[in-house]
Amino acid sequence: MDNLDQLVASALAEFAAVSEPARLEDVKARYLGKDGTLTALLKGLGKLPPEERKTAGAAINVAKGTVESALAARRDALRHAALESQLAAEALDVTLPGRAQSQGSIHPVMRTLDRIEQLFRSIGFEVADGPEIEADWHNFTALNTPENHPARSMHDTFYLLGPDGRVREDVLLRTHTSPVQIRTMLAHVEKHKHLEHMPEIRVICPGRVYRVDSDATHSPMFHQVEGLWVGEDVSFADLKGVVADFLRRFFESDDLKVRFRPSFFPFTEPSAEIDVAFMSGPLEGRWLEIAGCGMVHPNVLRFGGVDPEKYTGFAFGMGPDRLTMLRYGINDLRLFFDGDLRFLSQFQ
Amino acid sequence: MQFPESWLRALVNPPLSTAELCHLLTMAGLEVEETRPAAAEFSNVVVARVLSVEKHPDADKLKLCKVDTGEHGVLAIVCGAPNVAADMVVPCALVGARLPGIEIRKAKVRGIESSGMLCSARELGLSEDHGGLLPLPADAPIGRNVRDYLNLDDTLITLKLTPNRADCLSLSGIAREVAALTGAPLKHFAVEPVVPVHDEIRGVVLDVPAACPRYCGRIVRGVNARAATPDWMKQRIERCGIRSISALVDVTNYVMLELGQPLHAFDDAELSGAIHVRYPAPGEQLLLLNEQTVQPSADTAVIADEQGGARALALAGIMGGEHSGINDATTDLFLESAFFAPDAIAGKARALGFSSDASYRYERGVDFNLQRVAIERATRLILDICGGRPGPVVEAVAADDLPKRTPVRLRSARAAKVLGIVLAPAQIEALLTGLGLGCVRDPGNDGDFVVTPPSHRFDIAIEEDLIEELARLHGYDNIPAPPPKARMAMLPQTESRRSTADVRRMLAGRGFHEVVNFSFVEACWEADFCGNAAPITLANPIASQMGVMRSSLIGGLVGNLIANRSRQVERVRAFEIGRCFEADAAGTPVPGFNQPLRVAGLCSGTALPEQWGAPSRAVDFFDVKADIEALAAPVVLRFERVAHSALHPGRAATVVLEGRAIGVIGEIHPRWVQKYELAGLGGAPVVFELELEALLARALPAYREISRYPAVTRDIALVVGQEQAVQPLLDALKGRAADIVRSVELFDVYHGKGLPEGKKSLAFRIVMQDTQRTLSDGEVEATLAALVTTAQAGFAAELRK
Repeated sequence: MDNLDQLVASALAEFAAVSEPARLEDVKARYLGKDGTLTALLKGLGKLPPEERKTAGAAINVAKGTVESALAARRDALRHAALESQLAAEALDVTLPGRAQSQGSIHPVMRTLDRIEQLFRSIGFEVADGPEIEADWHNFTALNTPENHPARSMHDTFYLLGPDGRVREDVLLRTHTSPVQIRTMLAHVEKHKHLEHMPEIRVICPGRVYRVDSDATHSPMFHQVEGLWVGEDVSFADLKGVVADFLRRFFESDDLKVRFRPSFFPFTEPSAEIDVAFMSGPLEGRWLEIAGCGMVHPNVLRFGGVDPEKYTGFAFGMGPDRLTMLRYGINDLRLFFDGDLRFLSQFQ
Repeated sequence: MQFPESWLRALVNPPLSTAELCHLLTMAGLEVEETRPAAAEFSNVVVARVLSVEKHPDADKLKLCKVDTGEHGVLAIVCGAPNVAADMVVPCALVGARLPGIEIRKAKVRGIESSGMLCSARELGLSEDHGGLLPLPADAPIGRNVRDYLNLDDTLITLKLTPNRADCLSLSGIAREVAALTGAPLKHFAVEPVVPVHDEIRGVVLDVPAACPRYCGRIVRGVNARAATPDWMKQRIERCGIRSISALVDVTNYVMLELGQPLHAFDDAELSGAIHVRYPAPGEQLLLLNEQTVQPSADTAVIADEQGGARALALAGIMGGEHSGINDATTDLFLESAFFAPDAIAGKARALGFSSDASYRYERGVDFNLQRVAIERATRLILDICGGRPGPVVEAVAADDLPKRTPVRLRSARAAKVLGIVLAPAQIEALLTGLGLGCVRDPGNDGDFVVTPPSHRFDIAIEEDLIEELARLHGYDNIPAPPPKARMAMLPQTESRRSTADVRRMLAGRGFHEVVNFSFVEACWEADFCGNAAPITLANPIASQMGVMRSSLIGGLVGNLIANRSRQVERVRAFEIGRCFEADAAGTPVPGFNQPLRVAGLCSGTALPEQWGAPSRAVDFFDVKADIEALAAPVVLRFERVAHSALHPGRAATVVLEGRAIGVIGEIHPRWVQKYELAGLGGAPVVFELELEALLARALPAYREISRYPAVTRDIALVVGQEQAVQPLLDALKGRAADIVRSVELFDVYHGKGLPEGKKSLAFRIVMQDTQRTLSDGEVEATLAALVTTAQAGFAAELRK
């Protein structure tokens, strides 16, 4: 039996010594293969006397079992080692940058307009749009701005040349988004003229406007958002509620101070300027003019086809450029129109 | 409108601090734009008399002065001012005084002790005058604090008045408002008519009564035009920002500031015959006080006399003339106090290129009952200061042409509807009456009033004007700001449309930065990038390179590229969404103009940002094509070669969506690449410009059954002529394909070795599948054969072996 123990010991030693899976199978064949030594021993059992055959057989089977399990263990170990080395070889530097197109950006003022639209949509305002080359009638006359009002002078308003080279008096670059009020009312009234009670008008109108003005704080083209709510029961108190709520949501600041003070616009009455004051930050405590607003003037309602006795409404006009500057701490209006990617890419 | 707080408080003095008073004004709609002290801070400066002046023993320019400072004793002070003299009364800073920038200590000046400093106006921060000591009147009380004596603890308040509040362009107007807001008593000063001492008059003829319905005039003889303006008056007008000129001019300005009535003084010796208010004769010219010669338009009224038949003297309500004006030698005055209608004055001064205090007030509205009061007030002041003998006032009036003050009905219920708060009738009555509005209850309708606006208010014509007054007087702050109430209805949420914001996000997600460019551009951009020789032109551009309206967004994006290159940003991916403007007779909604919203982009530099894991190459046509295909998905765009003035003729395409051209894509034309130096690192920029509206439509997803049977994939390579475009071939293959063909995709384009000259190989991958059964080999081969036949027949294609 010493012989058998030796055989087992040498098989285990040989298994341990190989590191290649193929070599392991060669070694296995020498012990357990068709001509392997252990196989030969089993085959030799028949030559033994019957009384020895049983014990010898049991011993050989034990030895065979030991060798087989050692083989299986070695196979696992080699497989494991192979996987380990494959994984090690395949390891990446996970800190290398990702492979990709760069990320673009949305213009900061558009970002503001998008937020304004969403906030107003949440209380049922739709978005309306109007032309930028506008009829003088929509921009001024229908907004109760009389013929000789200073706003109509060449100093403030961009006019166009006609084909004959003379200044056209019937069209201009809109100086505010307010003409969209008129277009909206006229269309709304036409659409609902068969109804005794016209549904409410609730719209905001964002867009570009133009004035002959260019310095550090004025751009000849800038943005405005007009708001209009017309209904049978819309009051100045509602105006205050809506605008104050909007400003607090926009700046995400419940302690933002908002004040309305009397002012004058031809197209609203009563009219107000809206000031805000932040309770913290670099502008803390300073009143900042942020919008103009008021109850839509009865003449304007009439020009829009709306009966001012039955319906009242409020309108406001805000400067999203200024809101954007305050929101993100931008100190120069001109950056908005300069196309500088070093600035724009900050608004991803 | 700038004024000193002390003048206002002399008329109405509510128990409010300066800050409280300013807040009150701002919240009443008279916005306080600025407040600043009338004088810089200084302390311990008293009125002193110089008793004696001796030469300093060791310095030529210094003098030793003995100075009486009253209760502070007689002081020895060394002074270097050239004008110091015995008996002079001057400001003296005592030891311990703080002046702007310095503190006064006892000091030795060239060996002599000096106990204070005699001051110039500049040393006190009162003006820039440093010519010598500030002389004070001989009767100034010695020892008195100079700040008190000169009334320097005063605040200059600047109001930013809205155009409807002309009634507050005077101290008495502001005082009236403050009294109404606070209930503090208004100190009325009685203006007694001046008794004439002769009966010489100059007739007044209102030739254009609509422009000038009231004109008061008076001759004052024997005035001393050289009399000095009293300090109190000079100080008040100067603190209103008006320079003191001479006593006569100062009086007219003072009364304008005090009452709001512009006045004009003519030299009566220069006048001849009656005064006329008329329109100018054709070509009539006039030299104004500002030395500008003007030819007033036909509807600009002038003041004229009868010299040589007729002669214009002044622009009515705007500015006096040079020749008829007063000067130091004037002894006889003709004083004018008139009402000119706002419509007659509005815009006239601006049209001539200037503005005046008078025109500013008249075009906004002057109280049309104020003229006689003002002329009496001015006469009184002139007599007091300059002496003289007044004649009677001549008043010409066209009553029918005076502004009307029609009673306005005010319903409490309407006020409640507009404001959202209920004001009791008694409260309404109290508020309006306090403002001087004639307010009568309507006996027939409870809670209704009939209100007659006063002559000084030009902004009250309809009920809403009164409601605004109520809100203002009640206080905007006192109107609550409740969350709004409304009927709820869901807004439409159209799934078959995406929003402009969605398009923005998609482009930003593909690496584009959004820009906002001016809508007015250089004319050469229109010519080069749009082939537009007759762009829409601005009449009054702010700069010549912003002279025309853009008909394309491409020029602006090219401008962005140039600007960014100059800032060392070489890789540019930019887009803009904005309007373009085209002359179009059929345009709407403004006739004559088409104003479509477009989206345009520009790419220049490398296709991808520089990175370790992808080879660096320049962006090209097909990169950008993929961007806009993604933008349109799920709709499939088509591209057709096009000639476009901005683009490379071989590398430009019209973008077609469902049969309609919606824009272009292409490389910038080499001509413009050279002209605008756009080449940079990676070749020509690629641009696109599309109609925004077309991209907003988005079909609803339509479900198609997914097959459970295996798909069969076959590749075929077709050899065609080099010039053969892929699209028609692909269309033909797809058009002829049997139902079982799921897709035909081009996956390789090859030309070169192994192919004949002038040929290319197009490799298509064909996927076939049926939803009901497994396909047989025969079916597959037959289908492929049919596709090959189609290609051979229509495109002279050969199957590549």
